Amino acid sequence: MRTWLYKVDTRVSPYLYIAPFFLLFAVFGLWPLFYTAYVSLFDWSLLKDEHTFIGLQNYGEMFQDSYFWNALFNTVSILALSTIPQLLLSLLLAHLINRRLRLKTFWRLGMLLPNVTSVVAVAVIFSQLFGRDFGLINWTLEHLGLGRVDWQAGVLSSHIAISTMIIWQWAGYNALIFLAAMQAVPKELYESATLDGATEFQQLRQITIPSIRPTIIFVVMVSTIFGLQVFAQPQLFAGGGGGAALTGGSDRQFQTLTLYLYEHGFSRGFEFGYASSVAWVMFLVIVVFAFINYRLVRRIKK
Amino acid sequence: MRRLLIPLLAVGLLASACGGNDTPSGNEKITLTIAGFGDFGFKPLYEEYKKTHPNIEIQERISDYSAHHQSLISHLATNSGAADIEAIEIGYLSSFTATPNRFHNLLDLGAKDLQSTYLPWKWEQGLSTDKKTLVGLGTDVGGMAMCYRTDLFQKAGLPTARDEVSKLWPTWEEYVATGKKYKAALPDSFFMEASGNMFRAIVEQAPQGVYDDNDKLVVETNPLVKKAWDLTVDAIGAGLSNKLTAWTPEWTAAFGKGTFGTIVCPAWMTSYIETNAKDASGKWDIAAVPGGAGSMGGSHLALPKQGKNQKEAFELIKWLTAPEQQKKVFKATGNFPSTPSLYTDPDLTSFSKPFFNNAPLGKIFTASAQAVKPQHQGPKQGDVFNAIGGGLGRIEQGKQAAPEAWTQVLADCKKLA
Repeated sequence: MRTWLYKVDTRVSPYLYIAPFFLLFAVFGLWPLFYTAYVSLFDWSLLKDEHTFIGLQNYGEMFQDSYFWNALFNTVSILALSTIPQLLLSLLLAHLINRRLRLKTFWRLGMLLPNVTSVVAVAVIFSQLFGRDFGLINWTLEHLGLGRVDWQAGVLSSHIAISTMIIWQWAGYNALIFLAAMQAVPKELYESATLDGATEFQQLRQITIPSIRPTIIFVVMVSTIFGLQVFAQPQLFAGGGGGAALTGGSDRQFQTLTLYLYEHGFSRGFEFGYASSVAWVMFLVIVVFAFINYRLVRRIKK
Repeated sequence: MRRLLIPLLAVGLLASACGGNDTPSGNEKITLTIAGFGDFGFKPLYEEYKKTHPNIEIQERISDYSAHHQSLISHLATNSGAADIEAIEIGYLSSFTATPNRFHNLLDLGAKDLQSTYLPWKWEQGLSTDKKTLVGLGTDVGGMAMCYRTDLFQKAGLPTARDEVSKLWPTWEEYVATGKKYKAALPDSFFMEASGNMFRAIVEQAPQGVYDDNDKLVVETNPLVKKAWDLTVDAIGAGLSNKLTAWTPEWTAAFGKGTFGTIVCPAWMTSYIETNAKDASGKWDIAAVPGGAGSMGGSHLALPKQGKNQKEAFELIKWLTAPEQQKKVFKATGNFPSTPSLYTDPDLTSFSKPFFNNAPLGKIFTASAQAVKPQHQGPKQGDVFNAIGGGLGRIEQGKQAAPEAWTQVLADCKKLA
């Protein structure tokens, strides 16, 4: 009896220990996912009690809506403008901080600070910096004789402003993840490379990057997933909470997919059915992009 | 076993004791929650209410305008989480009066006798489409006036006394014409903060706005809407608009810097001007709004059905929206009462503020509230104005010419129908 119990214990216990996560995931992750798919097949307004089954009509309407494609374009554009510079910056920061430095902990903590600050605070402050009339950035530009920019009005300028907020928030955090991986790279590699006369940049490219490949893949994937869901930054960038905050500017120049979802779910008669179908398409878009990026990054040489 | 049994029994007894008290008696503590946005000026009133109702505890939840209404909607949809009392602004009210089933019918709770207390059109706004359910009791009304900077008007060579200024613009066309003179004299200053606000004011004054009485969208067919649009486009073309978006940090900052000369001001706007333009005390004044009277904004207090203490909650909103209390709120915040019995009260009509150059706020807003003719608001009122506001924004930012912007506005509105 004892040995039997012991056997059961060793075999079953690990599953029991991880079960809570999967149970919670099923309740708060899987179930909403499937329920959203179910809701997306209905004409489902939050304010009404009857919900009519309409099949794939919501999806059809969405694909015909030019504003949806516009939101997809904006999302991908902001993803590219934020993620690529951010990862390069993170690598560089990690590389710099990986050397012998005084006050190591201070620098590392400092890099984490922007990430600890609430998204809302960051977005509010940056929106003021990028302000059209009284923003610090425009003030500086004007004094340099470069003229003012109406950051919110343009497509590219608004995307740059939003990307800056994202970079500010995540560059340091990702740098710390890179740093952790870099510290596991054997020092001898660098020593012999230095003896062979490799420059700092060559060392970064030939030794560091290949050695931390799995970490880079991880960071790229996570950044892609978060980047495609960006919401608070464009919403608060428009400010005011009125129409522009829903549509991402008067011409929808910085309306991301989540903002598009929000516009339909939380105004316009609260079309939760439609918003759910947007959520599902977003999910698929994220899967596709994560896959593409995975294939791209995997090509880094071992 | 015995050690376990006693606590278990005690728990059981407690549970049944709680279960038995679903109908609260007079001397038991009841906590009422009230959710709102911005500042309703109710805080000091709660203390006063508690003195006469010692068993009532009041908790206030305040968030910003859109967050408040959006969480209210999700609370209603999921049937949990709503406060006992919810404030609803007119921009959202019409979507609830179209589907009133999630609210207590105040007519059943004793509101029937209160009808004569409120302005008829304010009462109407709280009624469901079939007129059988009263969703909310009115708090303030947004009768319009025009606030202006006397110092900027003087620099522009325009009259500064409020009666003379009112005479400058009996119509909106004359308002825009005055703006052009202002701009010619002060090229670096702007005549108005945002063109969308002017457009909205013109439309809110019309007998019919963006919806007809059967909740059908009439943006395309109502000639008044197009006329308002054209006039607003003219004002944008003349460079009169500061191109600000209400409630953004830029907007707030512009008050402080004094970059524009006029702003359409419903009564509640006066407190925003006062807080945003602290240094400009005495420089602001209030004239009549062009085009006659109209209402912009204003709120109601409603009781979601999920709230259990509807009797006590109704007593509280009845008290909060009674003339006495509305007068106190007006004096503290500028929100103008919806109860006509006050309009002859000298205490209210003689009320003025040094910040606004001692303009008789009481008198001005009384006249404005009395002259309002009710206009039917449709279920997606706010969204329609957002769509049109977007079009004006595209013209302001130079992204579209007016005809293209109008075509897109009409297409956007079609999707809302």
